[in-house]
Amino acid sequence: MPVERQPPSSEDLLLEIRDLHVHFPLDEGTVKAVAGVDFDVYRNRTLCVVGESGCGKSVSAQSILQLVDRPGHIVQGQIRFHRHDADGSVTVTDLASLRSSGRAMRAIRGRHIGMVFQEPNTSLSPIHTVGNQISEVIRLHLGVDEDTARRQGIEMLERVGIARPAQNYDAYTFELSGGMRQRVMIAMALVCSPALLIADEPTTALDVTTQAQIMSLLQELQADFGMGVMLITHDLGVVAEMADDVVVMYLGQVAEYGDVDRIFHAPAHPYTKALLRSIPNLDFDQDIRLDSIRGMVPDPFHRPAGCPFGPRCDEVIEGRCEAENPPAFSLGEGGSVRCLHYEEVALS
Amino acid sequence: MSSTNGTLLSVRNLSMFYPMRAGFLQGHRGEVRAVDDVSFDIQAGETLGLVGESGCGKTTTGRCILRVVAPTAGELWYHPREGESVDLARLDTGGLLPWRQEIRMIFQDPFASLNPRLPVLEIVGECLKVNRGLRGSALEERVAELLGMVGLRPEYMRRYPHAFSGGERQRIGIARALALNPRLVVADEAVSALDVSVRSQTLNLLQDLQNEMQLTYLFISHDLSVIRYVCNRVAVMYVGKLVELADTRSLFLTPQHPYTEALLSSVPKPDPRVRSQRIVLEGDVPDPSQPPSGCHFHPRCRYAVDRCAEETPPLRETADGHHVACHLADEIELVGIHG
Repeated sequence: MPVERQPPSSEDLLLEIRDLHVHFPLDEGTVKAVAGVDFDVYRNRTLCVVGESGCGKSVSAQSILQLVDRPGHIVQGQIRFHRHDADGSVTVTDLASLRSSGRAMRAIRGRHIGMVFQEPNTSLSPIHTVGNQISEVIRLHLGVDEDTARRQGIEMLERVGIARPAQNYDAYTFELSGGMRQRVMIAMALVCSPALLIADEPTTALDVTTQAQIMSLLQELQADFGMGVMLITHDLGVVAEMADDVVVMYLGQVAEYGDVDRIFHAPAHPYTKALLRSIPNLDFDQDIRLDSIRGMVPDPFHRPAGCPFGPRCDEVIEGRCEAENPPAFSLGEGGSVRCLHYEEVALS
Repeated sequence: MSSTNGTLLSVRNLSMFYPMRAGFLQGHRGEVRAVDDVSFDIQAGETLGLVGESGCGKTTTGRCILRVVAPTAGELWYHPREGESVDLARLDTGGLLPWRQEIRMIFQDPFASLNPRLPVLEIVGECLKVNRGLRGSALEERVAELLGMVGLRPEYMRRYPHAFSGGERQRIGIARALALNPRLVVADEAVSALDVSVRSQTLNLLQDLQNEMQLTYLFISHDLSVIRYVCNRVAVMYVGKLVELADTRSLFLTPQHPYTEALLSSVPKPDPRVRSQRIVLEGDVPDPSQPPSGCHFHPRCRYAVDRCAEETPPLRETADGHHVACHLADEIELVGIHG
C-alpha cells in the first residue's frame, strides 16, 4: 500500500545547498569530491543521500558543518541554513561562508545541527564517561549548571532507549555494546533539540536487528521533535524504509533527486536504474542472476569527460554523452535528473 | 547450481570455548562459549550459508573447519575424493597439510588480507610454489590463467595491491583461494566490504566459478539478502548454537524459529510501498560467556513460555530437511518474507 506523503512546503525549508564544490588539492592532482551539488532538506522530512564509496555523499554532509578533513575545502557554492525561531522568525545563514572554528559556526554545530557519525567506536572518547561527553554538549550550548546537565543527559539516554540510564551515564563507552554506543551518539546529537540531524551511515556497523532498533528510534524521535533528517547510506533497503526524498549521487554530482516512491518505482537516471537492479532481493519470484553495473567507479583523478556515468552507461547517446556533462533537468514535482535523455521531457 | 553428490564435511558436536583469564596470575575466570555443540553436514557442490549477528560464533565455526584453531570438542569428518574419511579436529599440523590444499578461504577485508609489499604474482603464486613446486614461466602461466578466471588482466600480475580497487582486490583474494583447485571454500563475509554494484559482480563471479570448478562453499555472512541469493541451504546461529537449518527457500518463506523470523523481518525491503512491520527485538545479543538458561533466545522471544527458560531445545527435524531448535516449533505460526 502506498504511504501517503505530503509534498514539502517552502515554510519548512531548513537547508538549501546550491552549486556546492569541495576540492581536495593533493600531490597527485585535485580530487573534486563534490562537483556541483544542489538539494534541500525540510523540517519533518527525511532526505536520504545514497551512492557508492567515493561519490561524495559523506563530504557533502561534512561540509554542512565545516568538518571536511584538510586539505579539502569548499571552493564554491552556498549552504543556506534557515533557523526557525520560537517567535516564527527565520534567520538565514550561509554556512559555506563561515570559518570552521569561528564562533558562529560553533554556535550552530551541535546546537542547531546535530551529527551522528558512522563508527560509534571511533567517534566516542574512550577516556571520558558517557556523562562527560553528553554534559559537555549541554553545558556548552545551553549554559546550564552541572546538575541540570546531568538530569537532562540521563533523560535523553532514557529517551533513546538505554537501559539503566543513571548507571550508564557514568559508564565508559567501551563498557557498552555497539548498538548502545550508537544510541549514545544519537543522544548526544539530539540533546540540544537540533532542527536538523545529519546521520552518516548510522547503522552500517551494526547488525540487522540492532539496525532495526536504531531506525525505529530515529523515526520516533523525528515524529516527536519534528526535526529534518539527512541520512547518508549506501543501503537501498534503508532508503526505502526511511526516506521521504532521495538524492542519488555519482562522482560528486547529484545524478537524480526526487520523491522516494518515484525513485524506486519510476527511476529516471540510468545509474539509479542500474543500482536498483543490482541489489539482491529477498523475493523468490524474480530471476536468480543479479544484474551488475559494468566496470567500476572511475579513479577520482581521471574523471571521464562528458557525463560522469557515461563509460558505464547502457543508454549512451553516441556523440553527445562523451562530450557534454548534462545539467539537471526538471522532472516535475521537485524531481530532477542529470541525463540527456530527459532534455526534451524538461522542455515540453 | 551444480547437483549434490554426497557429503563433503560432517561437523559433529563442534564446540569452541575460549578461556577467559584475568589478574596477575592469569587465573581462569570462566569461558566464552563461542561455538557450543554444533552439528551439520556440508554436501559436495552446494553453498551452505551461515548467518547470525556479530558474536554468534559463525566466524569461529569457519575457523574451526579451516583448523586455524583447534576446537575444544567435537569432530570434523572430511570425506576426500578417494580413501578414508579423516577427522580434521584430531590431526596435527603435519597431518593437516594435504587437506589444507583442499579447504581454502576467502577473507572479508580486501585491504587487510593482501600483503602490500608483494606483487600479485607472489600473492597468488606463493601457494603454487610451496605446494606444486612451480617456478618461472610455468608459475606465471598458471597465475595468468587464474587472473583470467576471476576477470583480471594477466598483465597486472606484476602490480602491487595498492594499484587495485576494492572489488579487484577481492578478485585477487579469490584467485589465491582457488590456485590449488580446492574442493571446499570458506568465504567469510566475502562481499560485505564491497559496494553494491561491485558486490553483484563478485557474487556472479563466485557462482560462475562454482559451476566451472565444482566448488563447495561455506558462505558466512550477516547479510540475509546475499545469503538468499547464493545459498542452497542456510544455517542460522545464535549465541554459539545452531537454531535453524533448512533449504534457503523454506527458511525464508516458512521460518520455524522465532529468531529467524525476527531476523528476516529486520532486513529493510528495497521498496518504499511495503514499509515493513518490523519485529524489533528488545535488548542486545547476550554475552556468550554468560548465556541465558534454557533456550538462549528466550529473554528476547515473544513466544517464550516457562519451559523455554529451563530446558535447552535440541535441534530436531520438523519437516523434510528442515531442522529447528525450538520447543514450540509445532505450535506457533511464524511469518516468512512474504508475510
